[in-house]
Amino acid sequence: MGVILLLPLGAVIVRALSGGVQPLIDAFHDANALHGLKLSVILAAIALVANGIVGVGGAMVLIRHRFFGRRFLDTLIDLPLAVSPVMTGLAFLLIFGRGGWFEPLLDSIGWKVTFAFPGLVLATLFVTFPFTLREVGYVLEELGTTEEEAASTLGASPWNTFRLVTLPNIRYGLGYGIILTVARSLGEFGAVLVLGGAISGKTETATTFIYNALEERQEAAAYIMALVLAVASILLLVGLEWMKHQRNKEL
Amino acid sequence: MNGTSVAVNPGRGSLAVRSGVIAYVALLIVIPLMALIARGLTGGPSQLWAAITAPVALNALTLTLWTAGIMSIINAVMGTATAWVLVRYRFPGRSILSALVDLPFAIPTLVTGVMLVILFGPQSLMGKWLIGHGMKVAFASPSILLALMFISLPFVVRAVEPVLMEQDPAEEEAARTLGAGPFTTFVRVLLPPIIPAILSGTIQSFARALGEFGSIVVVSGNIPYRTLTSPVYLFGEIESGRSDTAAAVSILLLLIALISNFAARGVLRLVGVNRA
Repeated sequence: MGVILLLPLGAVIVRALSGGVQPLIDAFHDANALHGLKLSVILAAIALVANGIVGVGGAMVLIRHRFFGRRFLDTLIDLPLAVSPVMTGLAFLLIFGRGGWFEPLLDSIGWKVTFAFPGLVLATLFVTFPFTLREVGYVLEELGTTEEEAASTLGASPWNTFRLVTLPNIRYGLGYGIILTVARSLGEFGAVLVLGGAISGKTETATTFIYNALEERQEAAAYIMALVLAVASILLLVGLEWMKHQRNKEL
Repeated sequence: MNGTSVAVNPGRGSLAVRSGVIAYVALLIVIPLMALIARGLTGGPSQLWAAITAPVALNALTLTLWTAGIMSIINAVMGTATAWVLVRYRFPGRSILSALVDLPFAIPTLVTGVMLVILFGPQSLMGKWLIGHGMKVAFASPSILLALMFISLPFVVRAVEPVLMEQDPAEEEAARTLGAGPFTTFVRVLLPPIIPAILSGTIQSFARALGEFGSIVVVSGNIPYRTLTSPVYLFGEIESGRSDTAAAVSILLLLIALISNFAARGVLRLVGVNRA
């Protein structure tokens, strides 16, 4: 079973390096490739921060509060996982594109969302939304409220309780969720393709770069970028396993 | 007593956080999906039906459903076996295997597709060998199965592992001392408690496979009536400007995925298992 997973990876490495090292070096100087990579990293960073913050807040709200509609919110949170990436792109296209609900509003501000950076941000935020929330929620649930209650009785303010008790407790769950977010964000393809249009130098992420390169028969460039992403994934995976291990130790 | 929340009298801060989260979810998730559904429903049920039953669309749907279905069943078996091995045995490389199971979560689906093209494409060693023996993998339906196997693999393993870990080997040993053979022990003692987890993981695997795009679009050839799956068909419709039909088919796919997800959660809630 490990063969199924490792063999393809090995094949990418071999194929990407088959032309020798020179194409590899050339690739690193290709402006489009570099821009694509940069774009993917920026999107991942934005997703990390935004969905990280909302994830922690959302987990607290979901697990620690009781209010009308909480169950419904719980279901909504998992929706991005049920939606195919292409559908995600379509949904945002419908709102912000020609004839969309928000089109008049956007036109008046002069903002472009579709086939532009903001669209990519939205798509990435959508698809990476559940991860941090779910992982932090899991840890919060397992840990219970005893420590927070103790802090409260000792006179700590809610914010201090959160900062000094809750936050340290959830750090590995949070870390795990963050790495999942980054991995998913780097790997996002369908939604950014549909919503961004993969315009070289503007809305072409690392993944859509690969796609475009393949379409244009530039296999070497495609394979090398694939290799870069594969290596990044492996590093993320190592981080993932470490976080999981630390989290399970503390639970 | 784990995880029960205190009935908080929410302070202003808590209410602010709650409103913020709800607003974020409403804007980011609810509104786009509503737009999708609204667009799919313009033109009424007859339009919806026409879009869904268009020959290419229907064929794509059937292909998507059966490939996802078969892979889910295969994953149910292989995933359970893998979870079993990971939980019950200690061996060198165990943590590597465990990490490998998580690999599909870390790797972009497009890279998966590229890997498959490299491995099985017509220019590869294996590809040439297969074609020589009359078997086509890349740009044919087997590639879809392979892609789906890779990306949906973790779900069953991750669902079954925690349940297996909580199980007490003592029960199994007791059955053995009472004379039960390995097969009987497996079927009567070990299997029943993990069936809900297997079911839940399989359904999640199915829902995931339904929407798969990145790996399939690169390696399957996307041949209508042969290797065109629903997500790729959707992509084609969108690129051709036919957002209405795309939205209609999306509604159907969404419905199927949602029903599957609800089923999985329902199963879990019935048994009270914590989701990892």
